[in-house]
Amino acid sequence: MGILKTFSLGGVHPPENKLSADQAIEVLPLPKQAFIPLNQNLGAPGVAQVQKGDVIKVGQLLAKGEAFISSNVHSPVSGKVLKIDNVMDPSGYRRPAVVVNVDGDEWVDGIDRTDTLVKEIKLSQKEIVEKIHQLGIVGLGGATFPSHVKLMVPEGKTADVLIINGVECEPYLTADHRLMIEKGDEILVGTTILMKGLGVERAIIGIENNKPDAIKNMTELAGKFKGIEVCPLKVKYPQGGEKQLIKATIRREVPSGKLPIEVGAVVNNVGTAFAVYQAVQKNKPLIERVVTITGKSVAKPGNFMVRIGTPIRELIEKAGGLPEDSGKMIGGGPMMGKALLSMDTPVVKGSSGILILRESESKRVDVKNCIRCARCVSVCPMGLEAVLLAQLAEMEMWEESEQENVMDCIECGSCHYTCPSGRPLLDYIRLGKSKVGQIIRNRGKK
Amino acid sequence: MNDVMIFSVISLGAIGIAAAVILYFVAQKFKVIEDPKIDEVEEALPAANCGGCGFPGCRNFAEATVKSANESKHIEGLNCPVGGNDVMTTVAAILGLEVEESKPLIAVIRCNGSRENSPQKVEYDGPATCAFAHNLYSGEGGCQYGCLGLGDCVAACQFDAIHMDPVTGLPVVNDKCVACGACVKACPRDIIELRFKGPKDKRIFVSCVNKERGGPAKKNCAVACIGCGLCEKECKFDAITIINNLAYIDYEKCKLCRKCVPVCPTNAIHELHFPPKKEKPVKPEAAVKEEKPELPASKEETDKGGVPPEDAKPGNQQA
Repeated sequence: MGILKTFSLGGVHPPENKLSADQAIEVLPLPKQAFIPLNQNLGAPGVAQVQKGDVIKVGQLLAKGEAFISSNVHSPVSGKVLKIDNVMDPSGYRRPAVVVNVDGDEWVDGIDRTDTLVKEIKLSQKEIVEKIHQLGIVGLGGATFPSHVKLMVPEGKTADVLIINGVECEPYLTADHRLMIEKGDEILVGTTILMKGLGVERAIIGIENNKPDAIKNMTELAGKFKGIEVCPLKVKYPQGGEKQLIKATIRREVPSGKLPIEVGAVVNNVGTAFAVYQAVQKNKPLIERVVTITGKSVAKPGNFMVRIGTPIRELIEKAGGLPEDSGKMIGGGPMMGKALLSMDTPVVKGSSGILILRESESKRVDVKNCIRCARCVSVCPMGLEAVLLAQLAEMEMWEESEQENVMDCIECGSCHYTCPSGRPLLDYIRLGKSKVGQIIRNRGKK
Repeated sequence: MNDVMIFSVISLGAIGIAAAVILYFVAQKFKVIEDPKIDEVEEALPAANCGGCGFPGCRNFAEATVKSANESKHIEGLNCPVGGNDVMTTVAAILGLEVEESKPLIAVIRCNGSRENSPQKVEYDGPATCAFAHNLYSGEGGCQYGCLGLGDCVAACQFDAIHMDPVTGLPVVNDKCVACGACVKACPRDIIELRFKGPKDKRIFVSCVNKERGGPAKKNCAVACIGCGLCEKECKFDAITIINNLAYIDYEKCKLCRKCVPVCPTNAIHELHFPPKKEKPVKPEAAVKEEKPELPASKEETDKGGVPPEDAKPGNQQA
């Protein structure tokens, strides 16, 4: 294969632990009660469109995103709206959500639920963007950035390449991997739709070399599609970060504080491409996604097609129940994921996996003094000085943090992972980011 | 040899004199005329440089007061919370003005979610700062408005006036508090408020900032304000308002009558430094209910105004 491409700066290689890579995607049975948070995207929350007591169908609009960076939420289940109440979501806070008592599985008219592949794209560029907007598609890689916003290229900028992110660099997670093996054609049609929506002729699917079956499958299928190539990449975390992926695949560097469109690229996840296919070709809103449930002590790790709003308790039970030595539940992967507070937390659009760590794995190591080894500096994929940023945040020196480009941090956690003294570097950098972000926003108001 | 020495002394002396003359004229030319009162006022201030007055330090506060006195003949709106009335009277005397007596303030912790009242549900093992924990999750007890107990307020205090109680896990303010407001700014959840210190330190406040509805609030904390509105009805001075399911007592309107304290069903209203309440006749029905199982015969006595038993008092208050 020769020398594989990757990004140049920093990066780590944590143990992959892809335990569920061979488990085919199963459809999880419907929950008895579903909790659908009204805000499931980056940006402004949606406005509820249903009331207590309403009988709703699958695919009905639940919340309308009215702001520019905002997205619609559709009902993933049918039944009666029990209440609109605050429910614990993966953020660790109780936020408004629609609670539905599930009753049967009735869908609204006009959604094609068959598995037949529809290759012909009938809609125009504008219609595609509008459809993606209406059907609530957001980036499924985890950041949940509304997809239609990505397709609206700002004036004065041009996009010349679409990059599809099939890297899945987080250890443990296999949701995208399985999707590429089982729904390759659909992803490729989705990619073609995104190319048309964006008005580009070229698309690159980046896949890390630890998924040879996915690379093989996608390369074979991509031959039938125009302008799509598959790019195998060397295994290195955090290659799934969009700036790293752009660097790895097309050798362009996104300037500090700018979006990928600055260098003519737009990045979308394979899960998003699949959701776009379903929305545009099948008229199906984003109501379900693939979630990996995994962990070393989990009896049956697997990948499940889960309706949004399903409590993770059901997933955990399907995977053989909560192991006795469980220490921590993480929403997402071990590097960037966030500990969940309750088993009743619902699956949201951004949930890529549930990882159950053993008690021995979940303990933080004792924090020792910094020995100035500068490992955190050498592994930072953004070229930041993690040790300095963490210290500045600890000393509440926000202006200096801003000068040191704390806002460029992608929170991949490589610095924290590599620190031999177990210092909570990322925690402090996150604190700095939130404070500096606040300062910048306030400045904008004045 | 001698010549060299004499030459050096003379030349250096000449340079020195020339420099002195230049410096003298430059100093005259660029003289900064400063009101000597600024120094006097600064001298009178506590020199804590805490920023409680809203200025970066005592010097800036002194400059502002003198400026205000010179320009508009009053120093209203300028107050040194650390020095209090004594210092402000001295400052006013220096400036030839008078000040209205301001009521001293103190920091009040408006959360009673101790480990007992709000039992721990999850464990937090990240860095011990509230600011970070606040970004991360709702809290160990589950209340997303309550105290995180990691002590950002303690770290912010320069006056050794706030400490964590190891039993309850909540901060406690002591007499050293000068109401500089540093802890108020440090708390990411806006729990701490500056309120009137009150006569003899007597204070009444709602010890809760939970804006959730009654059910969820009570689920996470036994002493949460559920926004039921009983205290609002009880208050004769319109001092209590309920906004977002949360009662708030306006300390400027509150007359410290304590009527609201016993009506609170969750004991969320706190009274501090009041003498123990006198035995007060309780509503007959309540007393009857208490006594019925034991002494049905005494019903008549109670109805006539007999002394009700001790534990029939509504609400068991704690300071």
